[in-house]
Amino acid sequence: METTVNFDSNRWVPPAPGFGFKSRVSAARKSSRRALTHLETLESESIHILREVAAECRNPALLFSGGKDSLVLLRLAEKAFRPARFPFPLMHIDTGHNFPEVIAFRDRRAAELGERLIVRSVEDSIRRGRVVLKSPDESRNAHQSVTLLDAIAEFGFDACIGGARRDEEKARAKERIFSFRDEFGQWDPKNQRPELWDLYNTRVHPGENVRVFPISNWTELDVWRYIAKERLDIPGIYYAHRREVVRRGRSVVPVSRLAQPKNGESVEILSVRFRTVGDMTCTCPVESTAATAREIIAETATTRITERGATRMDDQTSEASMELRKKEGYF
Amino acid sequence: MPAIQSIEFQRSELLRFITAGSVDDGKSTLIGRLLHDSKSIFEDQLSALEQTTRRRGVEGVDLSLLTDGLQAEREQGITIDVAYRYFATPRRKFIIADTPGHEQYTRNMVTGASSANLAVILLDARKGVLTQSRRHATIAALLGIPRLVVAVNKMDLVGYAEEVFNGICEAFAQFAADLGFRDVIGIPISALKGDMVVARGENLPWYRGPALLELLERIEIDYDLNLDDFRFPVQWVCRPGTFEYQDFRGYTGRIESGTVTVGDQIAVLPSGRSSSIKQILTFDGELERAFAPQSVTLLLEDEIDISRGDMIIKSSDTVRVAKEYDADVCWLSEQPLDRRRKYVIKHATKTVKAYLTRIDHRVDVNTLQLIDGASQLNMNDIARVGVKVQQPLVIDSYARNRATGSFIVIDEATNNTVAAGMIL
Repeated sequence: METTVNFDSNRWVPPAPGFGFKSRVSAARKSSRRALTHLETLESESIHILREVAAECRNPALLFSGGKDSLVLLRLAEKAFRPARFPFPLMHIDTGHNFPEVIAFRDRRAAELGERLIVRSVEDSIRRGRVVLKSPDESRNAHQSVTLLDAIAEFGFDACIGGARRDEEKARAKERIFSFRDEFGQWDPKNQRPELWDLYNTRVHPGENVRVFPISNWTELDVWRYIAKERLDIPGIYYAHRREVVRRGRSVVPVSRLAQPKNGESVEILSVRFRTVGDMTCTCPVESTAATAREIIAETATTRITERGATRMDDQTSEASMELRKKEGYF
Repeated sequence: MPAIQSIEFQRSELLRFITAGSVDDGKSTLIGRLLHDSKSIFEDQLSALEQTTRRRGVEGVDLSLLTDGLQAEREQGITIDVAYRYFATPRRKFIIADTPGHEQYTRNMVTGASSANLAVILLDARKGVLTQSRRHATIAALLGIPRLVVAVNKMDLVGYAEEVFNGICEAFAQFAADLGFRDVIGIPISALKGDMVVARGENLPWYRGPALLELLERIEIDYDLNLDDFRFPVQWVCRPGTFEYQDFRGYTGRIESGTVTVGDQIAVLPSGRSSSIKQILTFDGELERAFAPQSVTLLLEDEIDISRGDMIIKSSDTVRVAKEYDADVCWLSEQPLDRRRKYVIKHATKTVKAYLTRIDHRVDVNTLQLIDGASQLNMNDIARVGVKVQQPLVIDSYARNRATGSFIVIDEATNNTVAAGMIL
């Protein structure tokens, strides 16, 4: 094999050589193959990951909240396992602060798929004294970790599949697809297992577990493109609707039983949509008139604010909020 | 991201690349520049950066802060782990594996390099080719990254001098030729000033090649896939067991290389039984033909015993089925190799017990010199070894097939991934 190294700065880049060999590739390439698009490549990668979990983990569960990312996960699971049933149950850690329409959607979707849905709630953890609130209406986002870890112990899950993406947040950007958690459910960012090629190390000792993120490499825009391509049904609050809100700092805060206007704040009715749906006390919508997935794609492609930056008050408390929550056993 | 014009983006491809550089080569600034100038940084990220920059007593926006992920990293001002970044242009979606440069983090570069189509190695124009740059190129070669881009940064600090750039390129060419790279491209840049990263800038009129982003957008990557050798590691056997699908037995997996068509004669290895393809199924319908890297379900004409870990290939193909083979490994664990111990190897979808029976030589990654008589492998060592596995594996050489030529070594006591291997 001849080696030529060319540094001529005037030279345009030639077609790159093959991976080890080139001449032999030509026959197959001439035939009628088309390259996969980036979305198809991501989809295939995610299906591969889901099947690895099913095949190698003893007792996995898929975390399903009714939110858009977990709805994408469910479609990917259909693609990975149908015509068989999913080789794992769905599980939701309900904060008790969820949007009612999302909860209704969650139950309907699980029933349509004919899959088993386990719900464990932070309310129960509070009642049993496992979670102590500082104030009755505070965000329950961080408290989910306790309920989640209790549920993992209750059912003996060794793997929890989640819809987190690396583009969401900077601690997530460094997390593996198969993310190991010790017996306290903790993530140790400085001591992660090397993850090479698509050879996932799924092994854990009893009491430990892995969190698996099949859509790690997807971005917010990819998720919306996939929703449009697959014509996925998602909760209505993701699309523009009129809602009572108050303006608080840079955020638009939805008025609900948990968030009443404070002194001096006036209630407005705006056309808004949610980019994420989490705990009602800390999830804010953005002003928008986008009423279809295609319109949201157009808006997402030109937005200048990150998904969590616009909508999650709990991520704004410090530069390391997500990292700290993850070390405590968060998703 | 105003750079994005088309809504659907249907035909864009995926390019994965890795960035490697020594400490202070300006790698974080380069990535920050790529994201910033391609309009992939959001306003809230930018204002957070401004605040942090100001808190550290500096004016303006320090783009390098954008890639500092973890608290420990911010405290120490270093990068510890591989971070993944995403950006897109109308032509392509990019995944950057951003890896730290320190010697002790070789394992992170190996991790980031394993799936990359291309490596960007960053040099400081004032310092030229350093020992670390050589190590980065060696690892890229070892992991079979076919394309190397040498970004000579901080050109502003050497007066944008063409001779400096050419000198560095020549020095690097020597080393790269020894590594067997056939495609090495040098680009002079200033990440800080923004020259030749996304925009061309006005300071390098003598350079007529592409700016970095233009190159990333246009470089041909189609040849990275091996479309000759059909390799289908069976991941999971789909047996619904329902009335409607009583006799359904589908073999699910991802086509790692090659193509497959309904009617093809196939062999199942290692058993060697043969059959032919009856149907290629996906959730979206039946296919007449499928190709790498699609995930599909295969139905065969004959009822034969197939389980996870088996490999389906075409009957006309040849492949190695071996219980012993040679490989290059990169040791990733703080605990050195113990040749007396049994390890676990994961290769494709098969997991087997294994011994690493001998160490032929270690490779000095800085000089490429072979060191004979090594009796130990420590973290970050790269060596040629003999491997003996309990059950036969269906293998190709890594140079020919990344998916069927690679494996990881797991320590059963800790369950840690302790080595990455590439079959010869």
